[in-house]
Amino acid sequence: MIAAAITIAGGAICLAILLTLYRLAVGPDATDRVLALDTLVIETIALIVLGGIAFGIAMYFEAALLFAMVGFVTTVAFCKFLLRGNVIE
Amino acid sequence: MPMLIDALIAALILAGAFFLLVGALGLAKLPDMMRRLHGPTKATTLGIGALLIASMIYFSVARGTFSIHELLITLFLFLTAPVSAHMLAKAHILRATQEREQLPPTGQPSGWATLDDRRSDGM
Repeated sequence: MIAAAITIAGGAICLAILLTLYRLAVGPDATDRVLALDTLVIETIALIVLGGIAFGIAMYFEAALLFAMVGFVTTVAFCKFLLRGNVIE
Repeated sequence: MPMLIDALIAALILAGAFFLLVGALGLAKLPDMMRRLHGPTKATTLGIGALLIASMIYFSVARGTFSIHELLITLFLFLTAPVSAHMLAKAHILRATQEREQLPPTGQPSGWATLDDRRSDGM
């Protein structure tokens, strides 16, 4: 039952990634693209956690945590750049 | 693995994937940036939350030891999602010049903080 759920969830997450990539390509503004990148990070974390359950490897959790941290810092840095024209003033 | 826990993990995985899909659909379909900000919030909180609870139950049952460190990711995302949404909204207010007339009054002596020119104060 878990294997079937993982297959369906993997397909749904891949569809979500495609929709997010559409927003990343279309825009129209830079803030939309930053939001799309932030969402891509969330979906990647979901895929990593799903892979951890599918392969039974608990160590994937560390990769997901690192992705969450790097994704947050990236979003804040992009927004800071859009707001101020500089990341660290 | 007992049947009931198996079904619970499968249901949580499906719920998480559903909310991720809903969030991405909102991001792709909604008409403007301020509305689009709402879509991925569901993916962050409900989607990742349900997937991580599923992972927690799975590894707790599979290893026979209580596995709680997945809560760290949930906690981190719950703390950082409002901050990044706030930064994105500020960047949008600054950049969307044609929407500035539609901004409601702040009710304060000063205007919208993002739009105030503070360069003269040396900030």
